[in-house]
Amino acid sequence: MGTTAPPPPAATVRGSSGRLGDTIFEWMCRGAGLLVLLLLGGIIITLFIGGLPALRQFGIPFVWSTAWNPVEGREQFGAGIAIVGTVVASVLAIIMAVPLAFGVAFFLTELAPEWLKRPVGTAIELLAAVPSIIFGMWGLFVIVPIIQGYIQLGWIGEAMAELPGIGFLFASNSFTGTSLFAAALVLAIMILPFIAATMRDVFDQVPPVFKESAYGLGATRWEVVRNVVLPYTRTSVVGGIMLGLGRALGETMAVTFVIGNANRIATSIFDPTTTIASVVAMEFPESLTGSLQQSSLLLLGFLLFVISFVVLAISRYLLRSKLKA
Amino acid sequence: MNRRTLLLASGAPLLGLGALARPALAQAATVTGAGASFPRPIYERWGQAAREGLSLTLNYQSIGSGGGINQITNRTVDFGASDAPLPAAQLTERSLLQFPTVMGSVVLIVNIPGVADNTLKLTPEVIADMFLGRITRWNDARIVELNSGIRLPSLPVSPAYRADASGTTFVFTTYLSRISETWKNGPGSGTSISWPAGNGARGNEGVSNTVRQTPGAIGYTENAYATVNRLITTQIRNKSGAFVTPVMASFQAAADVANWDVPGFAADLIDLNGPTVWPIVSPTFILLPTNPTADKVNGSLNTMRFFDWCYKNGAAAATQLEYMPLPAAVQDRVRAAWRAQVKNPAGQPIWTA
Repeated sequence: MGTTAPPPPAATVRGSSGRLGDTIFEWMCRGAGLLVLLLLGGIIITLFIGGLPALRQFGIPFVWSTAWNPVEGREQFGAGIAIVGTVVASVLAIIMAVPLAFGVAFFLTELAPEWLKRPVGTAIELLAAVPSIIFGMWGLFVIVPIIQGYIQLGWIGEAMAELPGIGFLFASNSFTGTSLFAAALVLAIMILPFIAATMRDVFDQVPPVFKESAYGLGATRWEVVRNVVLPYTRTSVVGGIMLGLGRALGETMAVTFVIGNANRIATSIFDPTTTIASVVAMEFPESLTGSLQQSSLLLLGFLLFVISFVVLAISRYLLRSKLKA
Repeated sequence: MNRRTLLLASGAPLLGLGALARPALAQAATVTGAGASFPRPIYERWGQAAREGLSLTLNYQSIGSGGGINQITNRTVDFGASDAPLPAAQLTERSLLQFPTVMGSVVLIVNIPGVADNTLKLTPEVIADMFLGRITRWNDARIVELNSGIRLPSLPVSPAYRADASGTTFVFTTYLSRISETWKNGPGSGTSISWPAGNGARGNEGVSNTVRQTPGAIGYTENAYATVNRLITTQIRNKSGAFVTPVMASFQAAADVANWDVPGFAADLIDLNGPTVWPIVSPTFILLPTNPTADKVNGSLNTMRFFDWCYKNGAAAATQLEYMPLPAAVQDRVRAAWRAQVKNPAGQPIWTA
């Protein structure tokens, strides 16, 4: 701020230094842009170099190995459990959040009276501003007991566990409530505003004439959304969902509070498991510099970076045309 | 922002720094330490007391034992703190002197409806099997047999453990490895391990919260935490075959029979023999460079002055916070070790008192 401010007054006094100021300004902006790229590259490279010893030790199987033993003298590390936990929790969160987000977006664009649009829209956006640690604490003190008492051990969980074929997905020997399901639920609430906001924006961009023609032909609201709005906005909606997925993958604090942090593959949605971000957050502070454990944690960080990067790149690609308009 | 405010803005911190640096130099007594979170409450209490008693300011950051070892190895702090003792070879390699400050204990906490504080009796075998996931119900015949006076419900056993790497986990898993061959060859011991069963929570507060919320849960925390929060603790059968309750007298009994005659003062207080001994007790350690550079000599001396003062005047505060002070004989041997091992660049001992 202090460095870019001086040129303007100089430019008004002496015309000749205007061009110089322009050049300086241009290069500073260019530098700022390049700095971001360098930072991003630097982080990737640091993570990779930090994880190299672990990669050398365990090789590519690190990615799917389910071993995680930080005990001195028998260190064995693998990303399998954490990657599965991360992906499953995020996908479950998407499954829960998308219908809700669609309802919110549809309500805001088609159904809500004008005076209600603003407050509901703002409330959704404010949900995005709640710090994740708050979601974590709220999840632990409110959501987890509810899941434990009313869902898992209540009639819903009992009935689900009786289902033929897929019952095992709902039957668990863990009864504390901190589970994959709790993490997915908290994540769903956290990513809801991102998906809902994207959906609302792209729904708003459907040319009114399309919808009006459909209504003119006697289509109902549902038929308009089903046959006009959704086909028109399909790729952007998927892009918005991927944006939410990207957020869910990297979420750390809220998930750590409620997922149960067990280095075991969850065979039921009520089992505790772990995610890449929680493993790193839990174990990094006590890992010794240069130890295989720290190297493995950095390699995990690198893998999370790659996964999030791919997801976000897909979302950018799908959203590119619709959001430019 | 115009030039004058810029000048003011950049000048102000410099002036402020100058004003701050002067009195600090005059007293020249700030000690910086980092590490274990287990002894943080007592180090903070001692730090407050020493500010008046010794006009010395302690800046202690409880970043975890691993972090403390990293920081002191890189010499970015005056001392490191660790719950797990470093092996003698590592101490030599990193040129560090290790000495204990206080002892703490770990207790089991449970949530079984109808079971009062310190009434449930558990044997080492039962504890290990519960954390291994082999005993799944509280009305298991082996638990019922031990607790004939208590009606145990058919609740599932839900073990809860620390998900963050911690000294408490190190102490507790060391105990489990000591009492169970299966545990030793299976999960093992460390600041974080791969738990065969149960749910992980963050910090003492996370574990106690999980236990409080879940009927049938069993977890472990530091005794100080359990006492302050009035958690339901259990009796444990010790090596001599007696059931002991987690009270100061039984912790002190462990301290009394400990053998401190080991390298790095790494006394082992886990599962000791004695009729009143609580089996899960452990000292916590300070790591001090044996070869401080010229600019660190002062910090090193002040660290030793601080802990010397704490040994002499801090016992009451420690007991109040449920830690056990070191026996006087051990304190004297620590002072002797300071004299013999911590040298300034000229090779002179820094501690001369």
